[in-house]
Amino acid sequence: MGKKRRSGRIAIPTLENSDAPHEGVRLDVRRTPKLYIGGAFPRSESGRTDALALQAGSSVNVARASRKDVREAVRIARAASESWAAKSAMVRGQILYRVAELMEGRAGQFESDLREHGRGRKHAAAEVAAAIDRVVWFAGWPDKLPAVLGGTNPVASSHFVFTIPEPTGVVAVIAPEASALLGLVSRLAAVLAGGNVAILLASESAPLPAVTLAETLAVSDVPAGVVNILTGRRAELVPHLVRHADVDGLDLWGCPEALLIEAEQGAAEHVARVARRPYGAEDRDDSFDGERGERIDGMTAFLEMKSVWHPIGS
Amino acid sequence: MSDEQRPKRRAARGSASLGPATPRAVASDAHLAAPSALATSSPWGYAPAPESRDVVQLRARYGLFIDGKERAPSGGEVTVTYNPATEEPLAEVAKGTPEDAERAIEAAERAYRKVWSRLHPRERAKYLYRISRILQERSREFAVTETLDSGKPIRESRDVDVPLAAAHFWYYAGWADKLHYAVPGRRPEAHGVVGQVIPWNFPLLMLAWKIAPALAAGNTVVLKPASTTPLTALLFADVCRQAGLPDGVVNIVTGPGSTGMAIVTDPRVAKVAFTGSTSVGVTIAKGIAGQGKALTLELGGKAANIVFEDAALDQAVEGVVNGIFFNQGEVCCAGSRLLIQESIAEEFLARLRDRMSMLRVGDPMDKNTDVGAINSRAQMETIGELVASGVSEGAQIWQPACDLPTRGWFFRPTLFTSVAQSHRIAREEIFGPVLAAITFRTVAEAIEKANNTAYGLSAGIWTEKGSRILHVASALKAGVVWANTFNRFDPTSPFGGYKESGYGREGGLQGLHAYLRSS
Repeated sequence: MGKKRRSGRIAIPTLENSDAPHEGVRLDVRRTPKLYIGGAFPRSESGRTDALALQAGSSVNVARASRKDVREAVRIARAASESWAAKSAMVRGQILYRVAELMEGRAGQFESDLREHGRGRKHAAAEVAAAIDRVVWFAGWPDKLPAVLGGTNPVASSHFVFTIPEPTGVVAVIAPEASALLGLVSRLAAVLAGGNVAILLASESAPLPAVTLAETLAVSDVPAGVVNILTGRRAELVPHLVRHADVDGLDLWGCPEALLIEAEQGAAEHVARVARRPYGAEDRDDSFDGERGERIDGMTAFLEMKSVWHPIGS
Repeated sequence: MSDEQRPKRRAARGSASLGPATPRAVASDAHLAAPSALATSSPWGYAPAPESRDVVQLRARYGLFIDGKERAPSGGEVTVTYNPATEEPLAEVAKGTPEDAERAIEAAERAYRKVWSRLHPRERAKYLYRISRILQERSREFAVTETLDSGKPIRESRDVDVPLAAAHFWYYAGWADKLHYAVPGRRPEAHGVVGQVIPWNFPLLMLAWKIAPALAAGNTVVLKPASTTPLTALLFADVCRQAGLPDGVVNIVTGPGSTGMAIVTDPRVAKVAFTGSTSVGVTIAKGIAGQGKALTLELGGKAANIVFEDAALDQAVEGVVNGIFFNQGEVCCAGSRLLIQESIAEEFLARLRDRMSMLRVGDPMDKNTDVGAINSRAQMETIGELVASGVSEGAQIWQPACDLPTRGWFFRPTLFTSVAQSHRIAREEIFGPVLAAITFRTVAEAIEKANNTAYGLSAGIWTEKGSRILHVASALKAGVVWANTFNRFDPTSPFGGYKESGYGREGGLQGLHAYLRSS
């Protein structure tokens, strides 16, 4: 690893970057990237990891989640679903805002993650800033959704009728592959803002921002189980995620082209709601930049419009 | 939705209305209730009050409606559509092929590109207003045709199906030139060509729910009606001609399910809308996977109608009866599960049986008729099979001793008590006049039982307590919740389900969104 690899930190000589071991240097305490399920950080039950090469020539052993991990994450998410949906819109918004606050404090770590995955210094700093702002953007949505998407319906008969959006329940998110942090939070925050709980499959080539996000969420006010983050191989996990009958919705934005038909067919089998990237659009590094990322399709796809009727009479 | 539903006339001849081939719900009539005191005490009988057929001149044969013209099917084959109340053939209808579907899509694509997308939205709106007006003007003709072809009581086609269909066109007409208010801050665009497949229970109304928002949003349409109920859609083709709608904007292709699949899977179709069974909806969703099409599905249901002990009982009885016997129960949002609070179950069921004894089952063309004919022989068999399963699984069956016509497909209104949630009649959509009653003790238990289904289209709540209505309504996983009412529909109010009842909404602003892309 290069010197000064973390912005804002004093470069303390380490065994790795010094020419020869000598007294006064210390060994880096490296992070073990784990899964995030139910507020805890388990390794994959399968005991598998994938070695992932990092920018500086070193590598990291990323947990390789299994089908069983998927099932566990769905079970935990389902259990967390009702109380998350029941929180007031304002509280959900504040909890999301708190996530942004904590991300700000870990900006250095996120930047370092992105740079480990080969993003340049300026790019990494800009992406982290945009990701934090994106979470703030979504934090303002929960208490606006009923006004924007629902309403009262002027029916011709003598009834009072209103329509409100409600969360569908458990949503699995295949996170964008290229936009490893900004894309990830853009899709995930949408799900949470709508009142849904999430199982998120991180970018396969750049999973470290997702790992850091898990560590951020763990100390945030997001209740355990509301977000569950898996790392691993998409080709292995997507078929199980999409077919799980207790998954109500699937955000396939980051689903690789080669898996898309299988994924949508799996979703169709149990009438799961689906969001996806616009047909023909590429999964790119800049897909979520600026206003392009301020989209509500990741919320609306997983909202159920409920209409309630009552007669008017004396 | 399939050809199998075509009635086989000859097999239907028999001493009983169903003929020997149709399974009866139960072998003997021993379970039938004695006529109720209410039903027999009145000295006033009902005299028939038949609606006249004169207003309808059915042709012997109908072609496809493609590019503004009537066309013979490419395969040269026809199917016969029958009157379910008499088992008599009404007309021959073109059996459209995948090749016909392709021609219709070509026409729709050309109309979209050359005419419809270039038309000022204000003019698009005016076409829709015209269509709405013509439907109102020809309402009698549509109501009679609908009843003849579908078997639903004339009272319903006259008072519900046709006025609501006209209202849908009226409502969406006004949206056509206000789309930028529908998606503020975004640029709404039409999808292009939309493919739509509709069911046989509300043939004209489902056509209106599909075509009105599609055209308002600026799309052109290829629609396939159900194979047993094509006539009002073909009559609607004449409305399009009368309205001067440009050729190819609306195309109607009759035919079997395979023709519907050819429509929805065609790469030029950018948006698909389907109403029908969950199994066909799944097949369609799988068939178009990975094609990038927009999709809305309105599928089956198994609605709970929940009656709490403080409900206004007579109103609740009316609501429960309307909930399950409206359109013979052939309604995806039918209140087919009755959840009654235990403390009032006995009294409520007694009143319900009395009310059911008063239902007039018979000639759909009679203006007194409450319950008309079942749409097809195939559907009769489905209902019979599920009712038989209710008996064999141990539920208690009760049916009023009403007279059924000797011809046609009629099914006695049926009430099951002692129903377990695991019984098929409590889990599967029957799509017939069959009600399964289950009791509960607490509000929490009612909610749990109501939600204990793979479906989530609608639900009913009967209580005089406002806070309980709102609590239960928010806990129910159902897209439409009727409190102290049931089976109400309006173009301004979105309709659609949770879970395996599908996704997307029809009606209202939400229904318009389904037909728009926004960049």
